[in-house]
Amino acid sequence: MSDDAQARIDELVKANHVLLFMKGTPLFPQCGFSSRAISILDHLGADYETVDVLQDQGIRQGIKEYSDWPTIPQLYVNGEFVGGSDIMMEMYEAGELHTLFAGKGAAQAG
Amino acid sequence: MHSETKGPVATEIEARLTAALSPARLAVINDSAKHRGHTGDDGSGESHFTVEIESAAFAGQNRVQRQRMVNQALGDMMRDTVHAMAIKARAPGE
Repeated sequence: MSDDAQARIDELVKANHVLLFMKGTPLFPQCGFSSRAISILDHLGADYETVDVLQDQGIRQGIKEYSDWPTIPQLYVNGEFVGGSDIMMEMYEAGELHTLFAGKGAAQAG
Repeated sequence: MHSETKGPVATEIEARLTAALSPARLAVINDSAKHRGHTGDDGSGESHFTVEIESAAFAGQNRVQRQRMVNQALGDMMRDTVHAMAIKARAPGE
């Protein structure tokens, strides 16, 4: 594992309120699961940033170790790992994702 | 749906999950045909799966913990064999 990648990931996760590590970009997702994650975030009107892991092998491997989670996409909110696209979909259907963004988003306003 | 034509990968997924989590209900659905020619289609016809699993082992565990339990049970398959897996994990009564 590259410590440099871990440090960069940590920095990204802490600097962004809602951050999605994905394959491709929001306009051109390169994987069905990443595409689904983007659809959910867009549908909720979330203000999010993304990292394209296909552009950086260090991050692509490092993110799996960072959160001990073997797959991509991965969603982080306020520096905490939330889950992958299955968990996002379940939380979306249960109304929990909306609460997560609304609650923490409001707290961060300004 | 096509359990009578279950391939070796689906069979192995089922065996590992059964051994690790003693599921009350388990469905391993092969979605690979929907992804033919896409990224991750290795030509085996067994690259994309959906797993629906109900196990008492999930009681009191949150969503992240449940998926970790499934991933752990599958071990190296998640890295080497399976390109994509959707996981629905429930405890009995949910």
